[in-house]
Amino acid sequence: MRNVYVLGTGMIKFGRYPDKTVPQLGGQAAILALRDAGISIKDVGMFACGNLQQSNAMVGQRILQQIGQTGIPVINVTNACATGSTAFREAYMSVASGMYDIAMAVGVEQMGKAGLLGGAGGGDPAYVTEGKLGSGTMPVVFGQAGIEHMRKYGTKLEHFAKISVKSHKHATKNPFSQYRNEVSLEDVMNARMIAYPNTLYMCCPTGDGAAAAILVSEDKLKQLAGGRKRAKVAASVLTSDPWTDRDLTLPDVSTLTRRASKQAYETAGIGPKDIALTELHDCFATAELVHYENLGLCGEGEAGKFIDSGGGMHPSLGGHDPVNVSGGLLSKGHPLGATGVANICEVVWHLTQDDRAKDRLVPNAKAGQAHVIGLGSACTIHVLTV
Amino acid sequence: MAEQAQATDTGPRPIVPWLKLAPKPHLEAIKCACGAIYIDPKRVACSKCGETDKFTPLPLSDKGKVYVFSVVHQSYPGIKTPFVTAIVDLPEGISVRATLTDVDPEQAQKEPNKIFNLPVELVTGVAAKDREGHDVVAFSYRPSKN
Ligand SMILES: [Zn+2]
Repeated sequence: MRNVYVLGTGMIKFGRYPDKTVPQLGGQAAILALRDAGISIKDVGMFACGNLQQSNAMVGQRILQQIGQTGIPVINVTNACATGSTAFREAYMSVASGMYDIAMAVGVEQMGKAGLLGGAGGGDPAYVTEGKLGSGTMPVVFGQAGIEHMRKYGTKLEHFAKISVKSHKHATKNPFSQYRNEVSLEDVMNARMIAYPNTLYMCCPTGDGAAAAILVSEDKLKQLAGGRKRAKVAASVLTSDPWTDRDLTLPDVSTLTRRASKQAYETAGIGPKDIALTELHDCFATAELVHYENLGLCGEGEAGKFIDSGGGMHPSLGGHDPVNVSGGLLSKGHPLGATGVANICEVVWHLTQDDRAKDRLVPNAKAGQAHVIGLGSACTIHVLTV
Repeated sequence: MAEQAQATDTGPRPIVPWLKLAPKPHLEAIKCACGAIYIDPKRVACSKCGETDKFTPLPLSDKGKVYVFSVVHQSYPGIKTPFVTAIVDLPEGISVRATLTDVDPEQAQKEPNKIFNLPVELVTGVAAKDREGHDVVAFSYRPSKN
């Protein structure tokens, strides 16, 4: 396999774009990434597009209709919340394998105000089990992952709430974030409960967004980077759920990530202590807490202590091992297909001291990781280095 | 003839195939020779070992213990909230997702430690009427009375 680098990135501010279409949003991000890379769509050898809710609509090809139809292969990817990061991985593999020298990945989603609770499918509504045989909605699934941690280690509601406070604080420094307001611990604790222990501020919002990346081989990097610092993809890992005793009733969000994390560190040849920043899948505050341990940022059962000691917080705010300095899904937003590519953009910006992260740069960042899980299930981890 | 038979059959139906209503309401899982247990009887093969034909039916105990729970405050339209949803561990080595009744949701949030390990028992009740007029029976768990 060849070394692969991120030559360019593009991202639009996450938010609501009711007057735009999905191909327009994705096209905007693609154009930004191409400009950042200093190339044109004519230079791109293949294109992987991640989108969830229009996954039957050939979104990638429709993006090319917006920005340039050059006849290149397009693959449309869907993998739950890991959709964008899986598209990135497809682009990565096409360059790593030697088949193409330049590949583009775009993640895009337009969710409007539609919640994830959604409606049931066809059939007789009398047989819908949601609300009759307990609940399997996402806030409940991730709430229970947090409650499992409470049960095992005595973790408190305050620990989860602190994560939301931290993410909102981080987001005030990120112009790409959907929400940029601070919230207090009281605000978070007293907010409307969605599914215990996740209150409204501990659940990510819905919204629209797009992000893109241009991946190149080492030869192309030498030709095109013009001496500018560029990040290397040191590991690109994708896993699915291994069999576990409970996985049919209590989706296992931890084993999935732990296996991916182990592979990612091994492939990159580094450990958690070398990671300057982590963008992880904080779809709910409870998820972020369990992933501190799953990604090895702290020891088993120590996630509560980790937060209490400033873990996850930007160093300029007195913290260490910064997590989701972008504001994370909780503040930046979680347009499903865009999330994975956006997480990678954020890490790349810190490693290359890109202006787009200038107000929140993590000092001396030489390695960072972007983590996403999709329930159903998929987990991606990308380790990037300079 | 089949249509006629259906039209006159208005007996209760379980909401899911693993709820058996007779001789008395209980859950029935299937067990693979490798030890893996599945609550959904319709499957192609064992997702632990891959075998296709080593399954035997396994009636489940009507008593268990709460592993974890959540209190649902926002749900699908038409579903009354708040309610407690729980993962119940059964002695056969399988866990089941169900509603936990006879527990105050607010109290459960205040004192979660009182819910962990809580001994519970299976109860059934009519949850809805389907389009053909059958009662649809669902199950839940409540704190054990004995
Ligand atoms: Zn088996």
